[in-house]
Amino acid sequence: MNKSNTILYLDGVSVSFDGFRAINNLSLVLDKGEMRAIIGPNGAGKTTMMDIVTGKTRPDEGEVFFDGQVDLTRHDEAEIAMMGIGRKFQKPTVFESHSVEDNLMLALKGPRSIFPALFHRASANEARRIDDILGVVRLGDKREETAANLSHGQKQWLEIGMLLAQDPKLLLVDEPVAGMTDAETEETARLLKDIARDHSVVVVEHDMHFVRELGVKVTCLHEGSVLSEGTLDFVSADERVVEVYLGR
Amino acid sequence: MITQRFLGADRRIAAMILALLAAAVIVPLLNLAVSPQSAFYIPPYIVALVGKYLCYALLALALDLVWGYCGILSLGHGAFFALGGYAMGMYLMRQIGSRGVYGNPILPDFMVFLNYKELPWFWYGFDHFWFAALMVLAVPGLLAFVFGWFAFRSRVTGVYLSIITQAMTYALLLAFFRNDMGFGGNNGLTDFKDILGFNVQADATRSALFSASAVTLALAVFVTAAIVRSKYGKLLMAVRDAESRTRFLGWRAENVKLFAFTVSAIMAGIAGALYVPQVGIINPGEFEPANSIEVVIWTAVGGRGTIVGPIVGALLVNAGKSWFTGVLPEFWLFALGGLFVAVTLLLPKGVVGMWDNWRSQAKALRAASLAAAASAETEASQPKIVRSAARTPGAWSAAGPEPQPAE
Repeated sequence: MNKSNTILYLDGVSVSFDGFRAINNLSLVLDKGEMRAIIGPNGAGKTTMMDIVTGKTRPDEGEVFFDGQVDLTRHDEAEIAMMGIGRKFQKPTVFESHSVEDNLMLALKGPRSIFPALFHRASANEARRIDDILGVVRLGDKREETAANLSHGQKQWLEIGMLLAQDPKLLLVDEPVAGMTDAETEETARLLKDIARDHSVVVVEHDMHFVRELGVKVTCLHEGSVLSEGTLDFVSADERVVEVYLGR
Repeated sequence: MITQRFLGADRRIAAMILALLAAAVIVPLLNLAVSPQSAFYIPPYIVALVGKYLCYALLALALDLVWGYCGILSLGHGAFFALGGYAMGMYLMRQIGSRGVYGNPILPDFMVFLNYKELPWFWYGFDHFWFAALMVLAVPGLLAFVFGWFAFRSRVTGVYLSIITQAMTYALLLAFFRNDMGFGGNNGLTDFKDILGFNVQADATRSALFSASAVTLALAVFVTAAIVRSKYGKLLMAVRDAESRTRFLGWRAENVKLFAFTVSAIMAGIAGALYVPQVGIINPGEFEPANSIEVVIWTAVGGRGTIVGPIVGALLVNAGKSWFTGVLPEFWLFALGGLFVAVTLLLPKGVVGMWDNWRSQAKALRAASLAAAASAETEASQPKIVRSAARTPGAWSAAGPEPQPAE
């Protein structure tokens, strides 16, 4: 396969934990600028796949390339984050004791070492960037609010905002609408579609309505490898997918 | 609301700094310039005692930086304190010169006694104050750096980290007990005569040491507040609350922790160096794991993550200890243990946190009664209490954030 125009390229990736093969000969290719939805039953290896891409877990075998030429298996979380891969966790993970603004300020692209942080002064440029992001993630009126006081859905948006502040090339978004109301879910679909206009995005989600709303190519994982790939209609018509979801 | 809270915490820190600077001037004056018959006279033993407490307060503040703001519960901070103390003690030993019992101009008494022929290499340079002062900073700082580098890089956290810090101080305790380590074995270093040419026993020297401790503590409060308020300080709290999030944002959480841990160890070392000339002895007992645990109790009692709290806690608990060990010496450890349990159960945010809660409740009540009065014609609006954890230095209120493990 040619990886020159890909943002993410996984080939023959396997990883096992204590003999359990969480990922089994997984191959997945994401083109630059593409948004992809990944579905699959519990334990299909969706989160493990993200762990591999973001450097949290090292694969036992297989190739993982970012942007066509960077071998991700040779880098750790912080390096991979700096290259331009942002990750949202399944459970919204924000800095609860900080204000929304400070959460974004810590995520803004910039030097990541101790001494610049110690003597850092907020600049007008940064404030503008934070304003922009607050607008995109619909939290414009929550700037001073402590993150702990946000609703569950707002925390999800804040976390997505933190990814945007990193200015990544690729966003990995794990279950963005879990625990959201219907209205919030719709808003999140719009938000992700906005973001996908100038970023590559991988969305892991269980909620089929939400995936339909996104209207993108779908990959269904099962037992650590790709079961089916195509439009949502194609995938959901696939007998094997139905079998996996409904049980044998 | 937040700006108000910010100002409130700021004002408290400023008040603490001013109080310490005032004490640095007033206490020596009341000791030296007032006649012993006067009601305002402060006897020398009180000056020495409170000076010692200020060193403990600096140690508790050092622990607060790592425990309160970064969630690193170090049970070995006493080791950094003791190392700073030993560095100062070595200088004081070299100052004795030929006035020792054996009259050896180079070798301290214990070395003559143990048949040392010459000064061990690591005692070189300690006859100069500047060198000793440098070692006070460098030795604890270097140990913390090396220890932290390995521990944080291997991602040792939580209770496991606490246990290895405890093991570190215990290992040093055993090492310093040995006579052939060259630090005086279980007797430690004592019989000091001069510091910078002044007699350590003299009232004026004791007052000066008291002032030095108070000024150093004030400076440490200022530096800690500045660190905590910077972007780095916010990052430190972010690592405490959601370490994996900081990693996936590209920060190196291990470096963030390592910096705070090293700075904290240096502060602890300075505290030890100020402590030794005031108590007149340093021995391996200072490495006792129980000492380090006591520091944790002071910090918890005062309120961690508040800067002012640990200082209040250290002063209160130690004053209590001095009183209690005079009245019922054999029960002190039980009282201390009971205090820790009581604080954990009843005052999870310590004395300062309780004060904040009480204040915000009083304010809410007052606002509620005002609103009730105003609602004669309009509808009453319920005042909402915004609660947050130590976002700004010194501010605590209810409902602390849960540490969040990623997924």
